[in-house]
Amino acid sequence: MTDQELKEIMKPENIVYKKSGLLRDNIMHYCPGCSHGVTHKLIAEVIEELGIKEQTIGISPVGCSVFAYNYIDVDWQEAAHGRAPALATAVKRLLPDKYVFTYQGDGDLASIGAAEILHACNRGENIVCIFVNNAIYGMTGGQMAPTTLVGMKTATTPYGRNVDRNGYPMKITELIAQLPGTCYVTRQSVETPAAVRKTKQAIKKAFLNQKEKKGTSFIEVVSTCNSGWKIDPIKANKWMQDHLFKFYPLGDLKDSVKDDPESYKQYIE
Amino acid sequence: MAEIKGAVVVDVERCKGCGLCIVACPKKVLDHSGDVNSRGYDYVKMVNPDACIGCTSCATVCPDSVITVYRAKI
Repeated sequence: MTDQELKEIMKPENIVYKKSGLLRDNIMHYCPGCSHGVTHKLIAEVIEELGIKEQTIGISPVGCSVFAYNYIDVDWQEAAHGRAPALATAVKRLLPDKYVFTYQGDGDLASIGAAEILHACNRGENIVCIFVNNAIYGMTGGQMAPTTLVGMKTATTPYGRNVDRNGYPMKITELIAQLPGTCYVTRQSVETPAAVRKTKQAIKKAFLNQKEKKGTSFIEVVSTCNSGWKIDPIKANKWMQDHLFKFYPLGDLKDSVKDDPESYKQYIE
Repeated sequence: MAEIKGAVVVDVERCKGCGLCIVACPKKVLDHSGDVNSRGYDYVKMVNPDACIGCTSCATVCPDSVITVYRAKI
């Protein structure tokens, strides 16, 4: 192909994909190949497509994604470790017309913040929760998380996770799907173009659920942590497909509306 | 006969050279450039531009949103 032909193609009207206008120009601090980047991008694209930039408030967590507020150009609040769903509850109740979403990792959500997420989902808070599960504590150097698979080697389980000593890996998304306050609970991933598009549809659906006041929407994104797992990004994707997907199968766990409060009155009458 | 042709532009300074776009490309258009940017990453470039169909797979999986995709009928 000649330069002339390339110039012909590279005209502004021929653009079919470019960086979302909601993502800032600064360089993300994430490691090369990190799934957080793709997930941030999808949130930015969904907010942009729904045209709700001015009405959206994000709650950023503690963990690798603590700086999420530097990258997506919407209003943000920074929560204490694990407390993003509690803060999101407050924000949503004070400003019910806003779209509120939380963004948490597995160390933040499934460990120290397990109580907050379970109770926020049980109350049926009208928020979107995005849960990035890479089965490890990435920010602090690859320690074992509640979601780490049995036998998986981490900085704190150098001989592999042992059930007798470290307990079982936690399927928190399955727990949350049982709660009556949730309307949409799904598990997705972002390792292939098809998976990325599915996850984007899931995030969009979650924001629309919030508009329709259906209840809590919870999206788990099974992710890689190539630095924590100590393999390259391409092998990390393969490892995730071969191992994590077996324990954390993808798909919708719940897609309805939160339970009808009337159906709970029979027990006292 | 008109043909669908694509082209990608990589924001070299923001690319971290993770290589996820290289394996996502169905036409093997992209590869590491062998050169590094100011931050020391071996960034990605088009090595086989004739094969590009502008499918956006590379840009879709890029964690740092560094790829812009063009597509035209010529």
